[in-house]
Amino acid sequence: MESIADMGGTDGWGPVPVPRPDEPVFAERWQARVYGLTRLIMFQISGRNRDAFRHSLERLDRDTYLNNGYYGRWLAGGELMLTDSAILAPGAVAARARNLQGEQVAEPAVPEPNKPGHAETDPSWRRELDRPPAFAVGQTVRAKDISPEGHTRLPRYVRGHIGVVELIQPASVYPDTNAHFRGENPQHVYTVGFESRELWGADAEPFSVTIELYEPYLEAAA
Amino acid sequence: MSAPDQLSPALRAEALEQLLVERELVDPAGLDRLIASYESDIGPLNGAKVVAKAWTDPDYKRRLLADGTAVIAEMGFAGPQAEHIVVVENTASVHNVVVCTLCSCYPWPVLGLPPSWYKDPAYRARVVKEPRTVLAEMGLRLEDDVRIIVRDSSSEVRWLVLPERPAGTEHMSEAELVGLVTRDAMVGVAKVSAP
Repeated sequence: MESIADMGGTDGWGPVPVPRPDEPVFAERWQARVYGLTRLIMFQISGRNRDAFRHSLERLDRDTYLNNGYYGRWLAGGELMLTDSAILAPGAVAARARNLQGEQVAEPAVPEPNKPGHAETDPSWRRELDRPPAFAVGQTVRAKDISPEGHTRLPRYVRGHIGVVELIQPASVYPDTNAHFRGENPQHVYTVGFESRELWGADAEPFSVTIELYEPYLEAAA
Repeated sequence: MSAPDQLSPALRAEALEQLLVERELVDPAGLDRLIASYESDIGPLNGAKVVAKAWTDPDYKRRLLADGTAVIAEMGFAGPQAEHIVVVENTASVHNVVVCTLCSCYPWPVLGLPPSWYKDPAYRARVVKEPRTVLAEMGLRLEDDVRIIVRDSSSEVRWLVLPERPAGTEHMSEAELVGLVTRDAMVGVAKVSAP
């Protein structure tokens, strides 16, 4: 899906913040609670599904994604996963928050959980595949010019562009199906290198980008 | 989720925690322990120990570059966001810099949680399009003949940069070198400086 989360190469963000060596791990206390809560929430859904969590972030609207930063989107994404699987009722968090600030609002009843029917076969994302990789190190490949409807780890900025396979990585659970609880569907993963002029045109700074791409994202290029 | 409300994230977080704790879905003590581990134990000092050892032990460095995951695990650094780590070396002529354009994937067990600039839209968007300009804004000016390689962490593979050992540190011990290595150098937005 086309999401605000797919930021590579987009414009209009202004300067990059200058790093501070003394930055605390969590700037505000709520961020620490959200980090910990979100990690633990994963155990309440089905199968600690990292891909489903990333997809929950992608589904946030632009303001929700951006306004309260990284942990703000974790909070909203975690809440979305909990309401998706009916562990929390829609509006339950907002109602409790209003009551915490002194309002008196009715809180929705606790729903009957409706978790996805999914269980991870192994807590790691790594999988062994019987079939050999379709592409070899040194081979020229093209990232498919496609716009998948659901979750994908194929960013827009490489779609349709030609690169070279640099490494074959361990085979992995496939995010595009796993995020939707439609199976692990493991795939070979490749580190593919792209030259900057292939991605951004003749006036680009000279450099290269490598990115890990799952086998279904790739096709052979002559 | 998209309805605008005036509730602060701090208040929403407190509400969410209450709801989950009340129903015994989250153990508050476990939550405290998880947070404390990332505030005090799991941070860039771990990666600095790996780098300093690689600088002083050529055989370790060779093994580290060949199989980062296994060699890093020898020091006990393993776990979520580091099931497969690739270590790449920065030199006088090649400069690697790491990003995650789609979210903010980062090798937690060796570097801790990512700093704010790593999660900033400007960094995520721009470093794959104009890395030399971005690095200069962040205080790192590279010579024109240095080859830049941006590593976009789009899968579960994680990247760790082995920075170049600075000149003038030949007399320093491994333990002393650990104190020089910075988080930013291990992501590739800075170099390590001699004291």
